[in-house]
Amino acid sequence: MAVAASGAAVVAVTDSSAVPRAACTPLRRSLGLATAALLAGGGASAGWLPDMQGWQTSAGLLLYSEVDRVRALEPVISARKALDTDEFLSLKLTVDTLTGASATGAVSSRLAQTFTRPSGNGRYQVGSDQTPLDDTFRDTRATINANWERPVARDLTLELGTALSREYDYRSLGVSAGLARDVNEGNTTVSGALSLGLDTGSPVGGEPIPFAAMQAAGSEQLRQGSGSDKQVVDVILGVTQIINRHSLFQVNYSFSNSDGYLTDPYKFISVVDPLTGDPVFDIAEQPDLPTIAYENRPDSRTKHSLYAHYKTAIDDKVLDGSYRFLVDDWGISSHTLDVRFRLPAERGSYWQPHLRWYQQSAADFYTPFYVGNDRPAAGDSARYGSADYRLGELTGLTVGLEYGRRKAGSGWSIAAEYYLQSGAEPAGKFGSLNEQTLFPDITVFMLRFIRDF
Amino acid sequence: MIHGDYSRHTGKILLAGLLSILLSGCSSLGVKPWERGTLARPEMALDSQPVASAMDDHIYFSKEASSGGRSFGGGGCGCN
Repeated sequence: MAVAASGAAVVAVTDSSAVPRAACTPLRRSLGLATAALLAGGGASAGWLPDMQGWQTSAGLLLYSEVDRVRALEPVISARKALDTDEFLSLKLTVDTLTGASATGAVSSRLAQTFTRPSGNGRYQVGSDQTPLDDTFRDTRATINANWERPVARDLTLELGTALSREYDYRSLGVSAGLARDVNEGNTTVSGALSLGLDTGSPVGGEPIPFAAMQAAGSEQLRQGSGSDKQVVDVILGVTQIINRHSLFQVNYSFSNSDGYLTDPYKFISVVDPLTGDPVFDIAEQPDLPTIAYENRPDSRTKHSLYAHYKTAIDDKVLDGSYRFLVDDWGISSHTLDVRFRLPAERGSYWQPHLRWYQQSAADFYTPFYVGNDRPAAGDSARYGSADYRLGELTGLTVGLEYGRRKAGSGWSIAAEYYLQSGAEPAGKFGSLNEQTLFPDITVFMLRFIRDF
Repeated sequence: MIHGDYSRHTGKILLAGLLSILLSGCSSLGVKPWERGTLARPEMALDSQPVASAMDDHIYFSKEASSGGRSFGGGGCGCN
Protein backbone atom coordinates (compact mmCIF):
# COMPACT_ATOMS: atom_id res chain seq x y z
CA MET A 1 0.00 0.00 0.00
CA ALA A 2 1.13 3.51 -0.47
CA VAL A 3 0.37 6.62 1.42
CA ALA A 4 2.39 9.75 1.02
CA ALA A 5 5.02 10.44 3.61
CA SER A 6 3.17 11.50 6.69
CA GLY A 7 3.62 14.48 8.87
CA ALA A 8 5.30 12.19 11.37
CA ALA A 9 8.09 14.10 12.93
CA VAL A 10 8.43 17.47 11.31
CA VAL A 11 10.76 19.36 13.53
CA ALA A 12 10.11 22.91 14.57
CA VAL A 13 12.98 25.09 13.47
CA THR A 14 13.09 28.82 12.99
CA ASP A 15 15.37 30.87 10.81
CA SER A 16 16.68 33.53 13.17
CA SER A 17 17.33 35.96 10.35
CA ALA A 18 13.66 36.13 9.36
CA VAL A 19 11.79 35.99 12.64
CA PRO A 20 11.83 38.30 15.66
CA ARG A 21 13.59 37.05 18.72
CA ALA A 22 10.45 36.55 20.79
CA ALA A 23 8.73 34.45 18.15
CA CYS A 24 8.87 30.68 18.14
CA THR A 25 7.70 29.93 14.64
CA PRO A 26 8.02 26.39 13.37
CA LEU A 27 9.99 25.62 10.26
CA ARG A 28 6.76 24.86 8.45
CA ARG A 29 5.76 28.51 8.68
CA SER A 30 9.21 29.86 7.82
CA LEU A 31 9.42 27.85 4.65
CA GLY A 32 5.84 28.61 3.74
CA LEU A 33 6.43 32.37 3.94
CA ALA A 34 9.70 32.09 2.08
CA THR A 35 8.06 30.07 -0.68
CA ALA A 36 5.16 32.47 -1.01
CA ALA A 37 7.52 35.45 -1.23
CA LEU A 38 9.66 33.70 -3.79
CA LEU A 39 6.83 32.68 -6.04
CA ALA A 40 4.90 35.94 -5.75
CA GLY A 41 7.59 37.57 -7.85
CA GLY A 42 7.43 34.91 -10.55
CA GLY A 43 6.85 35.98 -14.11
CA ALA A 44 3.67 35.31 -16.05
CA SER A 45 3.52 31.78 -17.41
CA ALA A 46 2.95 30.99 -21.07
CA GLY A 47 -0.71 30.81 -22.03
CA TRP A 48 -0.61 27.14 -22.96
CA LEU A 49 0.82 26.13 -19.59
CA PRO A 50 -1.37 25.55 -16.52
CA ASP A 51 -1.14 28.40 -14.05
CA MET A 52 1.37 27.06 -11.53
CA GLN A 53 1.93 30.38 -9.78
CA GLY A 54 2.17 29.75 -6.09
CA TRP A 55 3.22 26.13 -6.54
CA GLN A 56 6.63 24.83 -5.59
CA THR A 57 7.32 22.07 -8.05
CA SER A 58 9.79 19.20 -8.33
CA ALA A 59 10.24 16.93 -11.33
CA GLY A 60 12.30 13.78 -11.17
CA LEU A 61 13.37 10.92 -13.39
CA LEU A 62 14.79 7.60 -12.23
CA LEU A 63 16.53 5.17 -14.54
CA TYR A 64 16.88 1.75 -12.92
CA SER A 65 18.67 -1.18 -14.48
CA GLU A 66 19.40 -4.64 -13.06
CA VAL A 67 22.06 -6.55 -14.96
CA ASP A 68 20.18 -9.16 -17.09
CA ARG A 69 16.88 -8.53 -15.25
CA VAL A 70 14.44 -5.70 -14.66
CA ARG A 71 14.75 -2.22 -16.13
CA ALA A 72 12.55 0.63 -14.97
CA LEU A 73 11.89 4.22 -15.91
CA GLU A 74 10.15 6.35 -13.29
CA PRO A 75 9.16 9.97 -13.95
CA VAL A 76 7.75 11.91 -10.98
CA ILE A 77 6.13 15.33 -10.76
CA SER A 78 5.38 16.80 -7.38
CA ALA A 79 3.85 20.17 -6.48
CA ARG A 80 3.20 21.93 -3.19
CA LYS A 81 1.20 25.09 -2.60
CA ALA A 82 0.81 27.25 0.48
CA LEU A 83 -2.96 27.74 0.82
CA ASP A 84 -2.64 29.87 3.91
CA THR A 85 -0.22 30.45 6.75
CA ASP A 86 1.03 26.98 7.71
CA GLU A 87 -1.53 25.33 5.41
CA PHE A 88 -0.24 23.32 2.46
CA LEU A 89 -1.57 21.15 -0.31
CA SER A 90 0.80 18.64 -1.94
CA LEU A 91 0.13 16.61 -5.06
CA LYS A 92 2.36 14.03 -6.69
CA LEU A 93 2.14 11.86 -9.78
CA THR A 94 4.49 8.90 -10.23
CA VAL A 95 4.65 6.58 -13.22
CA ASP A 96 6.77 3.40 -13.30
CA THR A 97 7.42 1.52 -16.50
CA LEU A 98 9.03 -1.86 -15.99
CA THR A 99 10.38 -4.33 -18.52
CA GLY A 100 12.74 -7.28 -18.41
CA ALA A 101 13.04 -10.59 -16.62
CA SER A 102 12.07 -11.53 -13.09
CA ALA A 103 13.26 -14.50 -11.00
CA THR A 104 10.59 -17.17 -10.58
CA GLY A 105 12.06 -18.94 -7.56
CA ALA A 106 12.96 -22.13 -9.48
CA VAL A 107 16.51 -23.49 -9.16
CA SER A 108 19.05 -23.38 -11.96
CA SER A 109 20.07 -26.81 -13.21
CA ARG A 110 22.56 -28.59 -15.43
CA LEU A 111 19.43 -29.61 -17.39
CA ALA A 112 17.47 -27.24 -19.61
CA GLN A 113 13.98 -26.42 -18.32
CA THR A 114 10.83 -25.14 -20.01
CA PHE A 115 8.15 -23.29 -18.04
CA THR A 116 4.61 -22.21 -18.82
CA ARG A 117 3.88 -18.50 -18.81
CA PRO A 118 1.54 -17.21 -16.04
CA SER A 119 -1.29 -16.81 -18.54
CA GLY A 120 -1.14 -20.55 -19.23
CA ASN A 121 -0.55 -19.77 -22.88
CA GLY A 122 2.97 -20.00 -24.21
CA ARG A 123 6.20 -21.17 -22.67
CA TYR A 124 9.75 -19.98 -22.10
CA GLN A 125 12.95 -21.97 -22.04
CA VAL A 126 15.78 -21.72 -19.54
CA GLY A 127 19.13 -23.11 -20.62
CA SER A 128 21.39 -25.28 -18.49
CA ASP A 129 23.13 -23.54 -15.57
CA GLN A 130 20.93 -20.46 -15.91
CA THR A 131 18.72 -18.89 -13.24
CA PRO A 132 15.07 -19.30 -14.31
CA LEU A 133 13.71 -15.86 -15.16
CA ASP A 134 10.30 -15.09 -16.59
CA ASP A 135 11.28 -12.81 -19.45
CA THR A 136 7.83 -11.37 -20.05
CA PHE A 137 7.86 -9.06 -17.06
CA ARG A 138 6.23 -5.83 -18.20
CA ASP A 139 4.08 -3.41 -16.29
CA THR A 140 3.22 0.26 -15.95
CA ARG A 141 2.13 1.71 -12.64
CA ALA A 142 0.66 5.12 -12.01
CA THR A 143 0.33 6.59 -8.52
CA ILE A 144 -1.34 9.78 -7.39
CA ASN A 145 -0.68 11.16 -3.91
CA ALA A 146 -2.47 14.08 -2.30
CA ASN A 147 -1.64 15.56 1.10
CA TRP A 148 -3.22 18.39 3.00
CA GLU A 149 -1.52 19.89 6.02
CA ARG A 150 -2.93 22.59 8.31
CA PRO A 151 -2.71 23.78 11.91
CA VAL A 152 -5.73 22.82 14.02
CA ALA A 153 -4.65 24.39 17.31
CA ARG A 154 -1.67 26.21 18.72
CA ASP A 155 1.44 24.12 17.97
CA LEU A 156 -0.70 21.29 16.63
CA THR A 157 -0.69 20.32 12.95
CA LEU A 158 -2.99 17.90 11.18
CA GLU A 159 -2.00 16.12 8.00
CA LEU A 160 -4.40 14.13 5.84
CA GLY A 161 -3.28 12.09 2.86
CA THR A 162 -4.54 9.78 0.22
CA ALA A 163 -2.84 7.65 -2.40
CA LEU A 164 -4.20 5.80 -5.37
CA SER A 165 -2.12 3.49 -7.49
CA ARG A 166 -3.00 1.39 -10.48
CA GLU A 167 -1.10 -1.12 -12.54
CA TYR A 168 -2.10 -3.90 -14.89
CA ASP A 169 -2.64 -6.55 -12.22
CA TYR A 170 -2.81 -4.53 -9.01
CA ARG A 171 -4.69 -1.63 -7.46
CA SER A 172 -4.07 0.15 -4.20
CA LEU A 173 -5.99 2.76 -2.25
CA GLY A 174 -4.65 4.33 0.92
CA VAL A 175 -5.69 7.05 3.34
CA SER A 176 -3.68 8.49 6.21
CA ALA A 177 -4.04 10.96 9.05
CA GLY A 178 -1.35 12.34 11.30
CA LEU A 179 -0.96 14.85 14.12
CA ALA A 180 2.25 16.63 15.07
CA ARG A 181 2.63 18.73 18.20
CA ASP A 182 5.46 21.15 18.87
CA VAL A 183 6.48 21.38 22.53
CA ASN A 184 9.44 22.62 24.53
CA GLU A 185 9.63 25.99 22.73
CA GLY A 186 9.51 24.23 19.39
CA ASN A 187 12.57 22.13 20.16
CA THR A 188 10.60 18.91 20.31
CA THR A 189 7.94 17.61 17.95
CA VAL A 190 5.85 14.63 18.97
CA SER A 191 3.86 13.00 16.21
CA GLY A 192 1.57 10.10 15.48
CA ALA A 193 0.09 8.94 12.20
CA LEU A 194 -2.24 6.20 11.03
CA SER A 195 -2.54 4.80 7.54
CA LEU A 196 -5.08 2.37 6.12
CA GLY A 197 -4.62 0.65 2.79
CA LEU A 198 -6.69 -1.63 0.64
CA ASP A 199 -4.92 -3.46 -2.18
CA THR A 200 -6.58 -5.60 -4.82
CA GLY A 201 -4.65 -7.95 -7.05
CA SER A 202 -5.84 -9.58 -10.24
CA PRO A 203 -2.84 -11.65 -11.36
CA VAL A 204 -2.47 -12.82 -14.92
CA GLY A 205 -4.01 -16.29 -15.09
CA GLY A 206 -5.45 -16.06 -11.55
CA GLU A 207 -4.07 -17.15 -8.17
CA PRO A 208 -2.53 -20.63 -8.27
CA ILE A 209 -3.62 -23.34 -5.83
CA PRO A 210 -0.90 -23.47 -3.14
CA PHE A 211 1.80 -26.05 -3.96
CA ALA A 212 0.00 -27.14 -7.13
CA ALA A 213 2.21 -28.08 -10.08
CA MET A 214 2.55 -26.03 -13.24
CA GLN A 215 0.70 -27.56 -16.14
CA ALA A 216 1.78 -27.73 -19.77
CA ALA A 217 1.13 -24.66 -21.91
CA GLY A 218 -2.35 -24.73 -23.35
CA SER A 219 -3.64 -27.05 -20.62
CA GLU A 220 -5.87 -25.83 -17.85
CA GLN A 221 -3.77 -24.44 -14.97
CA LEU A 222 -4.66 -25.25 -11.35
CA ARG A 223 -6.06 -21.96 -10.02
CA GLN A 224 -8.08 -21.12 -6.92
CA GLY A 225 -9.42 -17.73 -7.96
CA SER A 226 -8.88 -14.59 -9.97
CA GLY A 227 -8.92 -11.69 -7.52
CA SER A 228 -7.42 -11.16 -4.09
CA ASP A 229 -7.44 -8.46 -1.44
CA LYS A 230 -4.98 -7.24 1.15
CA GLN A 231 -5.64 -4.77 3.99
CA VAL A 232 -2.76 -2.88 5.55
CA VAL A 233 -2.72 -0.85 8.78
CA ASP A 234 0.33 1.27 9.60
CA VAL A 235 1.00 3.35 12.69
CA ILE A 236 4.01 5.61 13.23
CA LEU A 237 4.84 7.31 16.52
CA GLY A 238 7.75 9.68 16.43
CA VAL A 239 9.78 12.24 18.32
CA THR A 240 12.02 14.82 16.70
CA GLN A 241 14.40 16.73 18.91
CA ILE A 242 16.77 19.62 18.34
CA ILE A 243 20.00 18.87 20.18
CA ASN A 244 21.90 22.11 19.65
CA ARG A 245 22.47 24.83 17.03
CA HIS A 246 23.83 22.30 14.56
CA SER A 247 22.20 18.94 15.29
CA LEU A 248 18.87 17.23 15.55
CA PHE A 249 17.58 13.67 15.73
CA GLN A 250 14.40 11.74 15.11
CA VAL A 251 13.20 8.44 16.53
CA ASN A 252 10.18 6.60 15.10
CA TYR A 253 8.43 3.44 16.17
CA SER A 254 6.37 1.85 13.39
CA PHE A 255 3.79 -0.89 13.49
CA SER A 256 2.45 -2.48 10.35
CA ASN A 257 -0.08 -5.24 9.90
CA SER A 258 -1.07 -6.79 6.59
CA ASP A 259 -3.98 -9.18 6.24
CA GLY A 260 -5.14 -10.99 3.16
CA TYR A 261 -3.46 -12.51 0.13
CA LEU A 262 0.27 -11.97 0.72
CA THR A 263 1.48 -14.72 -1.61
CA ASP A 264 3.25 -13.82 -4.85
CA PRO A 265 1.15 -15.62 -7.49
CA TYR A 266 4.03 -15.68 -9.98
CA LYS A 267 6.59 -17.41 -7.72
CA PHE A 268 7.14 -21.13 -7.33
CA ILE A 269 9.49 -23.68 -5.80
CA SER A 270 11.42 -26.41 -7.61
CA VAL A 271 11.03 -30.06 -6.63
CA VAL A 272 14.35 -31.88 -6.96
CA ASP A 273 15.25 -35.57 -7.11
CA PRO A 274 16.48 -36.80 -3.67
CA LEU A 275 19.35 -38.74 -5.28
CA THR A 276 20.66 -36.52 -8.06
CA GLY A 277 19.55 -33.03 -7.04
CA ASP A 278 18.20 -32.47 -10.55
CA PRO A 279 14.70 -31.04 -11.05
CA VAL A 280 12.02 -33.72 -11.29
CA PHE A 281 10.50 -34.11 -14.75
CA ASP A 282 7.42 -36.31 -14.45
CA ILE A 283 4.78 -34.53 -16.52
CA ALA A 284 4.11 -36.91 -19.39
CA GLU A 285 2.33 -34.30 -21.48
CA GLN A 286 5.44 -32.11 -21.62
CA PRO A 287 8.66 -33.93 -20.61
CA ASP A 288 10.81 -30.78 -20.46
CA LEU A 289 8.45 -29.09 -17.93
CA PRO A 290 9.87 -29.58 -14.42
CA THR A 291 7.60 -30.33 -11.50
CA ILE A 292 7.25 -27.25 -9.31
CA ALA A 293 5.05 -26.18 -6.40
CA TYR A 294 3.43 -22.73 -6.41
CA GLU A 295 4.38 -20.85 -3.25
CA ASN A 296 2.10 -20.10 -0.29
CA ARG A 297 2.67 -17.44 2.40
CA PRO A 298 0.77 -16.77 5.63
CA ASP A 299 -2.26 -14.52 5.21
CA SER A 300 -1.08 -12.15 7.92
CA ARG A 301 2.15 -10.30 8.62
CA THR A 302 2.98 -7.97 11.51
CA LYS A 303 6.09 -5.81 11.46
CA HIS A 304 7.67 -3.60 14.10
CA SER A 305 10.47 -1.20 13.40
CA LEU A 306 12.55 1.33 15.25
CA TYR A 307 14.11 4.08 13.16
CA ALA A 308 16.67 6.60 14.34
CA HIS A 309 17.87 9.53 12.24
CA TYR A 310 20.61 12.00 13.12
CA LYS A 311 21.60 15.08 11.20
CA THR A 312 24.37 17.51 11.98
CA ALA A 313 26.03 20.45 10.29
CA ILE A 314 29.81 20.50 10.52
CA ASP A 315 30.67 24.03 9.37
CA ASP A 316 29.09 24.12 5.90
CA LYS A 317 29.02 20.33 5.49
CA VAL A 318 26.07 18.15 6.52
CA LEU A 319 26.30 14.62 7.91
CA ASP A 320 23.10 12.59 7.70
CA GLY A 321 22.91 9.13 9.26
CA SER A 322 20.03 6.77 9.95
CA TYR A 323 19.52 3.27 11.28
CA ARG A 324 16.45 1.04 11.17
CA PHE A 325 15.84 -2.20 13.00
CA LEU A 326 12.86 -4.20 11.79
CA VAL A 327 11.40 -7.46 13.01
CA ASP A 328 8.29 -9.34 11.88
CA ASP A 329 6.33 -12.47 12.70
CA TRP A 330 7.57 -14.23 9.56
CA GLY A 331 10.93 -14.60 11.29
CA ILE A 332 12.60 -11.81 9.35
CA SER A 333 14.74 -9.27 11.13
CA SER A 334 16.76 -6.61 9.36
CA HIS A 335 19.26 -3.84 9.94
CA THR A 336 19.60 -0.82 7.65
CA LEU A 337 22.34 1.76 7.96
CA ASP A 338 22.35 4.83 5.72
CA VAL A 339 24.96 7.61 5.68
CA ARG A 340 25.19 10.70 3.46
CA PHE A 341 27.76 13.46 3.65
CA ARG A 342 27.07 16.71 1.84
CA LEU A 343 30.14 18.68 0.83
CA PRO A 344 29.67 22.20 -0.55
CA ALA A 345 31.47 23.14 -3.73
CA GLU A 346 31.66 26.30 -5.81
CA ARG A 347 28.70 28.59 -6.63
CA GLY A 348 26.05 26.89 -4.52
CA SER A 349 26.80 23.40 -5.78
CA TYR A 350 27.57 20.36 -3.67
CA TRP A 351 28.79 16.77 -3.77
CA GLN A 352 27.10 14.12 -1.65
CA PRO A 353 28.54 10.61 -1.28
CA HIS A 354 26.06 7.99 -0.05
CA LEU A 355 26.54 4.61 1.58
CA ARG A 356 23.76 2.21 2.55
CA TRP A 357 24.11 -1.20 4.11
CA TYR A 358 21.22 -3.63 4.57
CA GLN A 359 21.11 -7.10 6.06
CA GLN A 360 18.13 -9.39 6.62
CA SER A 361 17.57 -12.88 7.97
CA ALA A 362 15.41 -15.38 6.10
CA ALA A 363 11.68 -15.90 6.66
CA ASP A 364 10.89 -19.08 8.60
CA PHE A 365 9.17 -20.56 5.57
CA TYR A 366 11.86 -19.64 3.04
CA THR A 367 12.35 -22.85 1.03
CA PRO A 368 14.79 -22.70 -1.90
CA PHE A 369 13.66 -26.14 -3.15
CA TYR A 370 11.70 -29.20 -2.09
CA VAL A 371 13.38 -32.61 -2.07
CA GLY A 372 11.15 -35.29 -3.57
CA ASN A 373 8.13 -36.00 -1.41
CA ASP A 374 8.82 -33.12 1.02
CA ARG A 375 6.62 -30.98 -1.18
CA PRO A 376 3.28 -30.26 0.55
CA ALA A 377 0.14 -31.59 -1.08
CA ALA A 378 -1.55 -29.27 -3.56
CA GLY A 379 -4.13 -27.13 -1.77
CA ASP A 380 -2.55 -27.53 1.69
CA SER A 381 -2.98 -23.88 2.68
CA ALA A 382 -1.96 -24.59 6.29
CA ARG A 383 1.66 -24.99 5.19
CA TYR A 384 3.88 -22.20 3.97
CA GLY A 385 6.76 -22.10 1.57
CA SER A 386 8.42 -19.59 -0.76
CA ALA A 387 11.64 -19.58 -2.77
CA ASP A 388 11.43 -15.82 -3.38
CA TYR A 389 15.03 -14.69 -2.86
CA ARG A 390 13.71 -11.49 -1.23
CA LEU A 391 12.60 -13.62 1.72
CA GLY A 392 16.02 -15.29 2.02
CA GLU A 393 19.05 -14.24 4.01
CA LEU A 394 20.69 -11.43 2.10
CA THR A 395 22.88 -8.36 2.26
CA GLY A 396 22.52 -5.22 0.17
CA LEU A 397 25.17 -2.57 -0.35
CA THR A 398 24.53 0.77 -2.04
CA VAL A 399 27.27 3.19 -3.02
CA GLY A 400 26.26 6.47 -4.61
CA LEU A 401 27.38 9.95 -5.46
CA GLU A 402 25.16 12.99 -6.00
CA TYR A 403 26.03 16.35 -7.48
CA GLY A 404 23.62 19.25 -7.26
CA ARG A 405 23.20 22.96 -7.36
CA ARG A 406 20.74 25.06 -5.40
CA LYS A 407 19.97 28.74 -5.65
CA ALA A 408 17.13 30.64 -3.98
CA GLY A 409 14.59 27.84 -3.80
CA SER A 410 15.31 26.29 -7.17
CA GLY A 411 17.98 23.82 -8.15
CA TRP A 412 18.78 20.47 -9.61
CA SER A 413 20.65 17.31 -8.68
CA ILE A 414 21.91 14.22 -10.41
CA ALA A 415 22.85 11.03 -8.59
CA ALA A 416 24.40 7.76 -9.69
CA GLU A 417 24.01 4.74 -7.45
CA TYR A 418 25.27 1.17 -7.52
CA TYR A 419 23.44 -1.55 -5.56
CA LEU A 420 24.78 -5.05 -4.99
CA GLN A 421 22.54 -7.68 -3.41
CA SER A 422 24.23 -10.88 -2.23
CA GLY A 423 22.36 -13.81 -0.78
CA ALA A 424 23.37 -16.79 1.29
CA GLU A 425 23.52 -20.05 -0.65
CA PRO A 426 21.13 -22.65 0.86
CA ALA A 427 22.79 -24.97 3.34
CA GLY A 428 20.99 -28.08 2.08
CA LYS A 429 22.44 -28.23 -1.43
CA PHE A 430 23.41 -31.70 -2.57
CA GLY A 431 24.16 -33.70 -5.72
CA SER A 432 24.13 -31.63 -8.89
CA LEU A 433 22.81 -28.61 -6.94
CA ASN A 434 26.31 -28.22 -5.51
CA GLU A 435 27.45 -27.09 -8.95
CA GLN A 436 24.72 -24.43 -9.17
CA THR A 437 24.57 -20.91 -7.77
CA LEU A 438 21.04 -20.74 -6.40
CA PHE A 439 21.32 -17.19 -5.10
CA PRO A 440 23.31 -15.23 -7.67
CA ASP A 441 24.33 -11.66 -6.90
CA ILE A 442 22.04 -8.97 -8.27
CA THR A 443 23.70 -5.83 -9.55
CA VAL A 444 21.71 -2.64 -10.10
CA PHE A 445 22.69 0.71 -11.60
CA MET A 446 20.52 3.75 -10.92
CA LEU A 447 20.61 7.26 -12.30
CA ARG A 448 18.36 9.89 -10.73
CA PHE A 449 17.74 13.44 -11.90
CA ILE A 450 15.65 15.95 -9.94
CA ARG A 451 14.79 19.53 -10.82
CA ASP A 452 13.15 21.91 -8.34
CA PHE A 453 11.50 25.05 -9.68
CA MET B 1 -0.33 -15.59 12.54
CA ILE B 2 2.89 -17.37 13.40
CA HIS B 3 5.20 -16.42 16.24
CA GLY B 4 2.54 -14.08 17.62
CA ASP B 5 4.02 -14.06 21.14
CA TYR B 6 7.48 -13.28 19.80
CA SER B 7 6.13 -10.40 17.77
CA ARG B 8 4.13 -8.94 20.66
CA HIS B 9 7.12 -9.23 22.98
CA THR B 10 9.43 -7.46 20.56
CA GLY B 11 6.86 -4.74 20.02
CA LYS B 12 6.68 -4.06 23.75
CA ILE B 13 10.46 -3.79 23.96
CA LEU B 14 10.58 -1.32 21.07
CA LEU B 15 7.75 0.74 22.53
CA ALA B 16 9.41 0.78 25.95
CA GLY B 17 12.61 2.00 24.29
CA LEU B 18 10.79 4.84 22.59
CA LEU B 19 8.97 5.86 25.77
CA SER B 20 12.20 5.86 27.75
CA ILE B 21 13.69 8.26 25.20
CA LEU B 22 10.60 10.42 25.51
CA LEU B 23 10.83 10.48 29.28
CA SER B 24 14.59 10.88 29.49
CA GLY B 25 14.37 14.61 29.44
CA CYS B 26 14.27 16.03 25.95
CA SER B 27 13.68 19.34 27.69
CA SER B 28 17.35 19.55 28.59
CA LEU B 29 18.17 19.71 24.88
CA GLY B 30 17.35 22.43 22.41
CA VAL B 31 18.13 25.99 21.47
CA LYS B 32 16.48 29.39 21.53
CA PRO B 33 14.56 30.58 18.46
CA TRP B 34 17.30 32.99 17.44
CA GLU B 35 19.88 30.19 17.43
CA ARG B 36 18.31 28.23 14.60
CA GLY B 37 19.89 29.73 11.50
CA THR B 38 21.89 26.61 10.67
CA LEU B 39 19.00 24.25 11.39
CA ALA B 40 16.73 26.25 9.07
CA ARG B 41 18.93 25.61 6.04
CA PRO B 42 17.00 23.52 3.47
CA GLU B 43 19.61 20.76 3.49
CA MET B 44 19.14 20.40 7.27
CA ALA B 45 15.50 19.30 6.89
CA LEU B 46 15.19 15.67 7.94
CA ASP B 47 13.73 14.80 4.56
CA SER B 48 15.46 17.41 2.43
CA GLN B 49 14.85 15.49 -0.83
CA PRO B 50 11.35 13.98 -0.61
CA VAL B 51 11.16 13.01 -4.30
CA ALA B 52 14.46 11.12 -4.06
CA SER B 53 13.44 9.52 -0.75
CA ALA B 54 10.20 8.20 -2.27
CA MET B 55 12.11 6.76 -5.24
CA ASP B 56 14.53 5.00 -2.88
CA ASP B 57 11.71 3.68 -0.69
CA HIS B 58 10.02 2.13 -3.70
CA ILE B 59 13.22 0.52 -4.98
CA TYR B 60 14.09 -1.10 -1.67
CA PHE B 61 10.49 -2.09 -1.00
CA SER B 62 10.56 -4.13 -4.19
CA LYS B 63 14.02 -5.67 -3.60
CA GLU B 64 14.06 -6.37 0.14
CA ALA B 65 11.70 -7.79 2.78
CA SER B 66 11.69 -4.61 4.89
CA SER B 67 10.08 -1.23 4.29
CA GLY B 68 8.87 1.85 6.12
CA GLY B 69 10.31 3.21 9.34
CA ARG B 70 11.06 6.74 8.21
CA SER B 71 7.53 7.21 6.89
CA PHE B 72 4.73 5.21 5.27
CA GLY B 73 6.73 5.35 2.04
CA GLY B 74 6.95 2.50 -0.43
CA GLY B 75 4.37 0.00 -1.48
CA GLY B 76 1.28 0.33 -3.55
CA CYS B 77 2.41 -2.40 -5.87
CA GLY B 78 2.29 -6.16 -6.03
CA CYS B 79 6.06 -6.36 -6.19
CA ASN B 80 6.54 -7.60 -2.65
